[in-house]
Amino acid sequence: RASTVVPTEAKINLINMLSESGLPVIEATSFVSPKWVPQMADQVEVMKGIIKKPGVSYPVLTPNLKGFQAAVSAGASEVAIFGAASELFSKKNINCSVEESLQRFEEVMKAAKEAAVPVRGYVSCVVGCPYEGQVAPEKVAHVAKRLYSMGCYEISLGDTIGVGTPGSMTKMLEAVTKEVPVSALAVHCHDTYGQALANILIALQMGISVVDSSVAGLGGCPYAQGASGNVATEDVVYMLHGLGIQTGVDLSKLMEAGAFICRIINRKTSSKVAQATCKL
Amino acid sequence: PSVAPTLPVRDVVAMTTEIVPTRVKIQLIDMLSTTGLSVIEATSFVSSKWVPQMADHTDVVKGIQRVPHVQYPVLTPNIQGFQNAVAAGATEVAVFGSASETFCRRNINCSISESMLRFEEVISTAKDRQIPVRGYVSCALGCPHEGHIEPSQVAEVAKKLYEMGCYEISLGDTIGVGTPGSMFKMLQKVMNDVPISALAVHCHDTYGQALPNILTALQMGVSVVDSAVAGLGGCPYAQGSSGNVSTEDVLYMLHGMGIETGVNLDKVIETGDFICNALGRRTNSKVAQARSRTL
Repeated sequence: RASTVVPTEAKINLINMLSESGLPVIEATSFVSPKWVPQMADQVEVMKGIIKKPGVSYPVLTPNLKGFQAAVSAGASEVAIFGAASELFSKKNINCSVEESLQRFEEVMKAAKEAAVPVRGYVSCVVGCPYEGQVAPEKVAHVAKRLYSMGCYEISLGDTIGVGTPGSMTKMLEAVTKEVPVSALAVHCHDTYGQALANILIALQMGISVVDSSVAGLGGCPYAQGASGNVATEDVVYMLHGLGIQTGVDLSKLMEAGAFICRIINRKTSSKVAQATCKL
Repeated sequence: PSVAPTLPVRDVVAMTTEIVPTRVKIQLIDMLSTTGLSVIEATSFVSSKWVPQMADHTDVVKGIQRVPHVQYPVLTPNIQGFQNAVAAGATEVAVFGSASETFCRRNINCSISESMLRFEEVISTAKDRQIPVRGYVSCALGCPHEGHIEPSQVAEVAKKLYEMGCYEISLGDTIGVGTPGSMFKMLQKVMNDVPISALAVHCHDTYGQALPNILTALQMGVSVVDSAVAGLGGCPYAQGSSGNVSTEDVLYMLHGMGIETGVNLDKVIETGDFICNALGRRTNSKVAQARSRTL
């Protein structure tokens, strides 16, 4: 999700290329209000336009019931909801308190359960907030537990502004794993301070087995000032393969997808693996 | 990982591909001397014929302000370089071995065993003068020419250097291809032959793996980490090799882990700003980039 408006066709091509690379889950788009996030206005077109590869999930973000309904009618078969571990961030990002947002999500959970649609929960600002600064691990654990108890099958813990280190990651994960089984946890690290891979390694060592990333390291959060750079999928896969972990991902196909999207949006890749490979 | 009282972060002064003015190098080292770093590798007494950007090595060593409790080692590939270094005032030196035969030949024009003979001369002379010698092993996790490097190759060279008298061996991922997987295997092997307290890691960030590799090394008991301010410098002989890991990014991680380094991160960032401005280059440090955005 870049800050330039990406042509719909390019988004669809990108998702199709990612499907071919072996990734099992590709978060396709976001059913947020286009009034707030104009670059997501083509959400329906994207959902209807992509080739859904068997065995691959294409979850979409749904911030409320309306978004959920629109997503399902557009063909979505998995959705995600987005909570925050910081009150100020919640207020500034979705204009309500954390508790209010969780109540909003109860509606989505109910509808999803009825429609037999799995729901993934995100918790943002798990090791730091652009407004509040430090975030208490217990608060993260509380929000994660709420989302899990509501019925989210997995909770992705996000270092939204990339300030985390192996130190803060460990403390946060220790608190969260007391409340949510580690098999239901994932990490979503940003590389703003270059710490993402080290943080992911720590998470893996603590038993986490789902890692979020973004091809070419594109995208951040339009609401988190200074936040840039998801961790690059290429760099994560390089590390995982080096550790002998099977991912099923074809790194060269992944890099092709990264090269494609960077060309389209005229941006340099943030992936070091891609940069190094280009030089050879 | 256990918390070390202080974790020496050795700053390796940029060995960039351009010719950097001597006074800029001196100012850079002087600024680094105020950050709390305890070891700043100042220059290299290599032949200026081969590495022209180091031709001012004597002027650099003579020009810097030596701060008490800070070491300023210099690279000395042979006895001649050693003697020049000592005459210029150097009080610590380093020799540069390789785990790869091909890399050794292309880099310093001789075989590994021939290079060891050269180093032996340097080390025994240094011992007489009570000058400590650090040993480097390059291509510890992969070679630009040979590809895969066996951990045993690394261990053999590390052991030789240690037994000859090097007080510390820095294991270098010269082209940055290593991962926590290969770092672990290599260190496991080397630890059999060299005490962990005498080991250091010198990771390049070419594939973005430097910090997880350093983390792995720390978890295995390594307590000395090499880095370069703003992530400048690489190896002029290793094609494609770019980017030492940034001292700023390493410090951010270590401090976040509660490890005391004695280094002031803000001062390192300032120093990075200075040298990047002087060179007209962007910093490679993500911490520095993030900080400049929030100002």
